[in-house]
Amino acid sequence: MPSRNERVWRDNFAELKGPLRREEARVEASRCLYCYDAPCVTACPTHIDIPRFIRQIAAADPLGSGETVLEANALGHSCARVCPVEVLCEGACVYHDWQEKPIQIARLQRFGTDAVHARGELPFEAGPDSGKRVAVVGAGPAGVACAAYLRRLGYATTIFDRRPLPGGLNTFGVAEYKMDRRTSLEELKLLFTLGASVKTGVEVDETLAAKLLRDFDAVFLGAGLAKTRALGIPGEDLPGVLDALSFIERVKARDASWIGSSTATVVIGGGNTAVDAATQSRRAGAQAVTLAYRRGPDAMSAYDFEVALARADGARVLLNAAPKRILGRGKVEGVEFARTRTARGKLVEERATFTVPCDRVIKAIGQEKDRSLPALFGAATNPDGTIRVDPRTLRTSAPKVFAGGDAVNGGKEVVNAAADGKRAAWGIHLALVPGARPGPEDAYWVSTIDGRVVAPVQERTGAR
Amino acid sequence: MKKKTKPDLSTDCAGIKSPNPFWLASAPPTNSGAQIMRAFEYGWGGAVWKTLGEDPPVINVTSRYGAMDLGGTKVAGFNNVELITDRPLSVNLKEMYEVKKRFGDRAVIASLMVPCERKSWHDIVLKVQDAGADGVELNFGCPHGMSERGMGAAVGQVPDYVKMVTEFVKEKSKIPVLVKLTPNIADVRFPARAAKAGGADGVSLINTINSLMGVDVETLVPKFAVGGKAAHGGYCGPAVKPIALNMVTQIANDPETKGLPISGIGGISTWSDAVEFLLLGATSVQLCTAVMHHGYRIVEDLEAGLRGWMKRKGYARLSDFVGASAPSVVEWKHLNLHHKTVASIDPDKCIGCDVCFIACNDTAHQCIAIDRKKGNRKPHVVQSDCVGCNLCSLVCPVDGCITMTEVKTGLKPLTWEQYAKNGMKGYTKVYESH
Repeated sequence: MPSRNERVWRDNFAELKGPLRREEARVEASRCLYCYDAPCVTACPTHIDIPRFIRQIAAADPLGSGETVLEANALGHSCARVCPVEVLCEGACVYHDWQEKPIQIARLQRFGTDAVHARGELPFEAGPDSGKRVAVVGAGPAGVACAAYLRRLGYATTIFDRRPLPGGLNTFGVAEYKMDRRTSLEELKLLFTLGASVKTGVEVDETLAAKLLRDFDAVFLGAGLAKTRALGIPGEDLPGVLDALSFIERVKARDASWIGSSTATVVIGGGNTAVDAATQSRRAGAQAVTLAYRRGPDAMSAYDFEVALARADGARVLLNAAPKRILGRGKVEGVEFARTRTARGKLVEERATFTVPCDRVIKAIGQEKDRSLPALFGAATNPDGTIRVDPRTLRTSAPKVFAGGDAVNGGKEVVNAAADGKRAAWGIHLALVPGARPGPEDAYWVSTIDGRVVAPVQERTGAR
Repeated sequence: MKKKTKPDLSTDCAGIKSPNPFWLASAPPTNSGAQIMRAFEYGWGGAVWKTLGEDPPVINVTSRYGAMDLGGTKVAGFNNVELITDRPLSVNLKEMYEVKKRFGDRAVIASLMVPCERKSWHDIVLKVQDAGADGVELNFGCPHGMSERGMGAAVGQVPDYVKMVTEFVKEKSKIPVLVKLTPNIADVRFPARAAKAGGADGVSLINTINSLMGVDVETLVPKFAVGGKAAHGGYCGPAVKPIALNMVTQIANDPETKGLPISGIGGISTWSDAVEFLLLGATSVQLCTAVMHHGYRIVEDLEAGLRGWMKRKGYARLSDFVGASAPSVVEWKHLNLHHKTVASIDPDKCIGCDVCFIACNDTAHQCIAIDRKKGNRKPHVVQSDCVGCNLCSLVCPVDGCITMTEVKTGLKPLTWEQYAKNGMKGYTKVYESH
């Protein structure tokens, strides 16, 4: 009989969206209308030619399909699992206008990249040695994507990451029922066959930063955000108060002692990470999970479908509740909230308070910007702490330094980071080889940076 | 009050009577008496027995069938290399007698194929007549295997042989004789005329079309092979219907064969497919592929569909509409050059897939445009440039979104024939060529 721990993993953390069987994929692919200049392609930050890869599945060419995906998005294998497609490609599908279910683009994409992984060979190779070296700081989605395209362009690439494993949030922060850690690591392993060297467990300090700037021809910063913001209320230091990312990381480590370790959990925040933490708390065995957000439902930044999942899992969503104090003697015993309401666009707290008893508090009110890392490399930041870049090339104010991902956009999706990595790789190439034009091996993926220009069609001016 | 009458579905095709026009074609579904009786219990009007030949019976191979799927649709086209019946003649005749005894009101037609000798044909016709068959169908169509032995399509492809063998049969037959025609010929009207000249009571068509289903690109072996080798087979199923409809109409409209009864065959899956054959001149229809896909039960919805349509149209019997559409099929030279239609796109129904846009601009007449203002994706037709080709309306996935509308030109109809006779004069441009 499986142990309790095994049962919880098997039953509660199983993939929400499994793979498509071959005949399911064929039928689903056949539904695709093969739109011209398709809105799904526009909606995808990496501009994968979605109708094309779906047509390739319909034509029984899953490997070709996977190649189409991975050309435009080096992280297409994980994006197929973690992308919020409801608000991206699938949300743009013209079937919505027809009051029909959109094409299951994510699952079809997975069908293609799974085929590539089953074969165990990337559909493209490293470029001929350019004689130049690029350092990548951060082995998360932005850094890994950048490294993959840099290798295709022939740059000797070294990735540095402070964690013991590469992948960043793909490995440590994605809810396990969306993608497990093994899948993230398999994706990286295949991408690293392009020849990037990966140094994990390395903290980039002032000395190393200076060395990177000296020894490398360019540096890409893709280190993401810093630690979770503090609530700034009494009781925050009590044992039992966690930040969401370390909570999710602990859950993903599949530590048996972690299952059922809380009876009642309060998650504070209104974003997707907060909702993920609430859902995973329930699945890890907490009986009462309250997701508390200080504003109303419209202000929540979490996607509706994520909130719906948390509710379906039995989490209670408590709106207009501002945390005032974390209560407890020696350990967490509850959270005291003040009711709020919005008056003339301002959030007003009422005087009366109420308490939600709990034995764990998970803070998920966003991550702080890492202001020190860009400073080490001489890259200027915006007032909000994001790194300032040229949007076309992602070059920072420091000429040798490029940046992308959460550190630049303030915290978006894996696919945004992957798109940044791709853009920065070409930006670095243009900086090191001014006026460069993509060769035949690179023309396709380079064309996807801004979205492919479709063949111009003769303009006609006749009356409607 | 209007009297409600149940439409009469009974038919008389070349003197063969059946309670409805739906017959099972000579094929695996009519292989045995037990099968045919089960089909009759479901309501089939007739059955053409799987082709009988001389003993010893043929030997079949494995595998036998192949199919072409389209996207999510299974069996859009179907192929077989099966030969005629592989059961002894006496067994088939005994079962035929039993079927007729139990289902006297249904049509049982014996499909026949023997070598091109007078005695062989005389012998077998007399035998099936004795077994109680309501008619015979001469299999001059089977395109594989038997044709290599000088039978089937090898006969059907030579009008003189068609006439000769039909005459052999008519010398002895007291029951109606249908001649089943092969489509593997340049002009189907020639064997049809030969059949008529030989005294046939009617023709049935089409038999299957020569086909090779494909090659497995992994193994490089032809698809649906027999131990690594494939022979061409006979192709049928939904994909062949337009070919069959054209051939049926050619015979229905040919002055030399006009009025010759036709049993229509080829890709019929639904009641409306059947109605199309009837409208073009067939008085019975034969089905096989759809039955092999879904079983005999489909006759229930075929019959219900036909009955419902006849009620809606106010037809009391098949003869009210059989052949009604055939006169509308003419030669190209009789089409009106002054007729004009243009496309229009309903923006309320349009979902913005832009499939029409790229189809028109890349491959047709470049008359669909998109006003890209404010992210609009909905295309519109530049009607002044439209040639009314239909392509956009064919590729549009949304029912009723793109319609082809007639534009009154006010011009007198002009056919190519008239135009040519006028010394290429009298044509007024109805569309822009570019």
